Amino acid sequence: MTALTSPLGRLRWTFADGLTLVGRELGRLRQEPGQIVAALIFPAVMVVLFGYVFGSAIQVPGGGDYREYLMPGLFAMVTFSAWLGVMTRVAADASRGVMDRFRSMPMARLAVPFGQTGADLLTGLLMLAIMVGTGLLVGWQPHRGLVPTAQAFLLMIVLRYALSWVGVYVGLAVKNDQVADAMVPLGLPFTMLSNAFVPTDGMPGWLRFLADWNPVSALTAASRELFGNPGARSGDVAWPLAHPVTTVLLWSAALLAVFIPLSLRAYMRTGR
Amino acid sequence: MTDPIVVAEGLHKSFGDTHALRGLDLSVPAGTVCGVLGPNGAGKTTAVRILATLSDPDAGHARIAGHDVVREAGQVRERIGLAGQYAAVDEKLTGRGNLRMFGRLYHLSRRAAYRRADELLERFGLMDAADRPISGYSGGMRRRLDLITCLILRPEVLFLDEPTTGLDPRSRGEIWDSIRELVADGTTVLLTTQYLDEADQLADDIAVIDHGKVIATGTPDELKATIGDRLDVVLQDPATLATAATVLNTLAGTEPATTDAGRLSVALPATGLRLADIVRELDHAGVAAADVSLRRPTLDEVFLRLTDRKETAR
Ligand SMILES: Nc1ncnc2c1ncn2[C@@H]1O[C@H](COP(=O)(O)OP(=O)(O)OP(=O)(O)O)[C@@H](O)[C@H]1O
Ligand SMILES: [Mg+2]
Repeated sequence: MTALTSPLGRLRWTFADGLTLVGRELGRLRQEPGQIVAALIFPAVMVVLFGYVFGSAIQVPGGGDYREYLMPGLFAMVTFSAWLGVMTRVAADASRGVMDRFRSMPMARLAVPFGQTGADLLTGLLMLAIMVGTGLLVGWQPHRGLVPTAQAFLLMIVLRYALSWVGVYVGLAVKNDQVADAMVPLGLPFTMLSNAFVPTDGMPGWLRFLADWNPVSALTAASRELFGNPGARSGDVAWPLAHPVTTVLLWSAALLAVFIPLSLRAYMRTGR
Repeated sequence: MTDPIVVAEGLHKSFGDTHALRGLDLSVPAGTVCGVLGPNGAGKTTAVRILATLSDPDAGHARIAGHDVVREAGQVRERIGLAGQYAAVDEKLTGRGNLRMFGRLYHLSRRAAYRRADELLERFGLMDAADRPISGYSGGMRRRLDLITCLILRPEVLFLDEPTTGLDPRSRGEIWDSIRELVADGTTVLLTTQYLDEADQLADDIAVIDHGKVIATGTPDELKATIGDRLDVVLQDPATLATAATVLNTLAGTEPATTDAGRLSVALPATGLRLADIVRELDHAGVAAADVSLRRPTLDEVFLRLTDRKETAR
């Protein structure tokens, strides 16, 4: 045991404790193989459900295969599930007293939120890998080569990490795992209200405005462009969809700038 | 005598309109067990949370081993263990997984954390359940794991907030044994409880708190002595109840309680009365007693007397 005295020592322990907490999430996954199976099946079900059910009725703007059009939307959807997962885990810790135990220990304080968001990143990578596998099986593929493809995945990861901090903050704010669980379905309208599954052109004006500015839409549009999938851009579109990559980066930076300080403050203050 | 290891002076804490602590003072000598008793809402948990650096007092200060709980929270955290009112372990991890994780977070090396986890599981009889997730533990096992999680670093001061609430008598006895072992090793324990026999069994000193203030302190025996012994009388003939009540009232100076027909019970003044005198007085009045006995009050009686809510409406 080492005292957290020098700034450098503190940084080192923040990192070490963060890693321990990432390890904790992995330990939890190992105890719950059901969760892994669900995580494996969920994206596959989505691909089949949306790809073949909606695909039979929806015309892709500018032509092309609907499942090729759909995959970037599903990637965006899975990316957005990040804040929900982090929120429920943080709220569970806060309501069960685990957070109190962390806070009564001589550990690096910042390690807890950083560990939790770091763990989510690993979960996210795993889910992306599964989705890529399923996507390839149903005929999706990136068409523009390695670098744009890597850029697309990098964008997803950046936005995912930013969103996981929203989850930390909301989880600390609700502090109750039942409330948090009840909030999970609220995630669905967020992702549906976008260009992930259907083009926004057909929506009524106000709805279209919301959908165009939704970061889900920006991420979907950016990945369509970078993967070279159909529906990338059609004629006159709103600014965020005309500059999707910039929009995703701006969203990520804004979310991080707002929610990291808010979450850290909430974490320090909980129960004070 | 060295300085007390836990000191609280004039602690105040409010939550909105609720004044949870109103000038709480506490002092626990090293190596002893201090039992904090109080009715629901008295402020026990609030006090423990402040002492364990989870919450800041609005006024007053507290020190653990000479370190201020607000300004030197880091040093305090290296010396304390806290088992809160609700078991604070990760439900999804195994018992061993929890201990290893917390060991690492206490900055033990991986090897030391793993070794310590096994040592503790062995010593506190949880080895058989070590590789099961906590969600499958019984309430008693969960509390025990929660307790031993606090012991990873062998803390100088251990805070236990109602460590045995909701446990069956056997599990309670096991937790008590564990606490006794720790104290034998030199740990100072501050324990809140609703069970007075628990305080009686474990505590060297007791602080009774109500409405956020300490209203009485002392050893269990001292506290019992403050309300005097109790006299129980069983009459041969229930018809003499009124006469007997008058006699006892004169002797004790308070109205006796008549528990059921032919039974009386009264608190004697702390100065004490001899049993022989009492029997003689009853005889004089023509009351035949089937049984007369003097006994020490239980801590429950002391507690009920001290925290009588009639005069202080909330
Ligand atoms: N976080 C909080 N927010 C609002 N009120 C609180 C909070 N924590 C405690 N209180 C109030 O402060 C008072 C003291 O509570 P505390 O939990 O310290 O009591 P306690 O003695 O531990 O009771 P119990 O025996 O029921 O555990 C209560 O009236 C309670 O409602
Ligand atoms: Mg309490």
